[in-house]
Amino acid sequence: MSEDVYVLGIDMIKFGRFPDKSLAELGAEAALLALDDAGLKIQDIEAMWCGNLMQANNMVGQQVLQQIGQTGIPVVNCANACATGATAFRDAWLAVKAGAYDVVLAVGVEQMGKGLLGGPGGSRGIPKEGLLGSMTMPAVFAEAGMEHSRKYGTTFEQFAKVSVKNHHHSTLNPKAMYQIETPLEQVMGAEMISYPNTKLMCSVNVDGSAAAVLVSERKAKELGMKRAVKIRASVLTSDPWQERDLVMPDVNTCTRLAAKKAYEMAGVGPDDIDLIELHDCFATAEILHYENLGLCKDGEAGALIDSGATTIGGRIPVNLSGGLLSKGHPLGATGIANIYEISTHLRGEAGKRQVPNAKLGLTHVIGLGSACAIHILEKAA
Amino acid sequence: MSEAAAAKPRPAVDFLKIPENGDPYLEGHKCKACGSMYLGERTTCAKCGARGQIEAVKLSNKGKLYVFSIVYRSFPGIQTPYVSAIVDLDGGGTVKGNLIGVEPDPKKISFGMPVEVVYKDALGRKDREGNSYLSYFFQPAS
Repeated sequence: MSEDVYVLGIDMIKFGRFPDKSLAELGAEAALLALDDAGLKIQDIEAMWCGNLMQANNMVGQQVLQQIGQTGIPVVNCANACATGATAFRDAWLAVKAGAYDVVLAVGVEQMGKGLLGGPGGSRGIPKEGLLGSMTMPAVFAEAGMEHSRKYGTTFEQFAKVSVKNHHHSTLNPKAMYQIETPLEQVMGAEMISYPNTKLMCSVNVDGSAAAVLVSERKAKELGMKRAVKIRASVLTSDPWQERDLVMPDVNTCTRLAAKKAYEMAGVGPDDIDLIELHDCFATAEILHYENLGLCKDGEAGALIDSGATTIGGRIPVNLSGGLLSKGHPLGATGIANIYEISTHLRGEAGKRQVPNAKLGLTHVIGLGSACAIHILEKAA
Repeated sequence: MSEAAAAKPRPAVDFLKIPENGDPYLEGHKCKACGSMYLGERTTCAKCGARGQIEAVKLSNKGKLYVFSIVYRSFPGIQTPYVSAIVDLDGGGTVKGNLIGVEPDPKKISFGMPVEVVYKDALGRKDREGNSYLSYFFQPAS
């Protein structure tokens, strides 16, 4: 068993819309960037995990290797809704942690197209959408946010401030889909999709890829710790039973369970964390996760966004990359892209959005259905 | 098949029951071991894991609005706006559906407001064979 596992190389492509490229080409771009970042060749990689959701039956990992080097290594393709990329990363981590390999590659890649996510409902009989409520993602997360409003009085304006913040952060991230300021009145005045989520409070469907090279401690020492990032915790949970499960997907309980385990595994608490990338698939969701991740007490998330604590320069900056709301959300790539953002800060390479002296960061993703993955990462040298 | 039988609407979901003689109702499935409630038949409880302890129960037509969203953008062909509502039924069971009989305005809808379950045609939606469907809706309780 390897004592610790390190991220030696990690990168992502600038998220955007690339209809003229194949999924494999997009994945290959990120894989090559990550290999270059680690100073390694494809021949150095002993195994690969590939996260992709929409084409999960197409052997996407092998397709990527067909672009960059077919070395005969084991490839595992995995799909876990929006936690897909983080799951690929985690299973790569597990294999190195178990001592099976010293150098592995995790790739997350997705081609999205535009439009609403969620199904029109039911393959039998008649469509249920708009008849039995809504199962579109904006509505599901609107209802999750409204539960917070019900309990604590959280307002439309407070939810909207999340979008103002994350769009602001993205102006400092050249790899984000958008770099556009969106003042509060613009966010609140945008087309209402599903109250209280306006169009600017919904994550952007984009194409994208991200990849990471993970190595054992032995290999990290051999290759150089200077830019290495230590993986202090890797946790995956599914959704524990909740009474409203059947009609109201619960992103809270699985996150709280994962957060508790991750903080225990790392031996740290939320106060020790310098920055966070969390799953802001909708502005409402970010508010919930402030409490789920222990950044504030239950009921105080609205006050936390009001205080500016989660904005760049604040006590605990959240989604400095611009988040899913503005960086974009290519489902299978998101989990690794979040880890890229944290790693970039821990390496001191985040440019204008750099958190000074960042030592510890946390990433969080939710795959509705549900899966929650949390990683805690630490500056190694 | 007689014309009357052919005209009889089908239930929009399996847990909506239409008795031969009597009013339609929503059916829950309750775990006798731990009391948790489900919509739709099952053999094993997802909460406690008990097997063979699930019994069908008639759900109440009265309940309280838990949360809602007002949906303005949906899939092509779906009329908007409408109120997507999650309702806790009295005596157990949580059901999602459209809240009707209210303005689609957050100021006009309050958490915890009493609602009743009503049964109507499924907004004119028919399946490929042209069959009509009966659905359930929530409306403010008088």
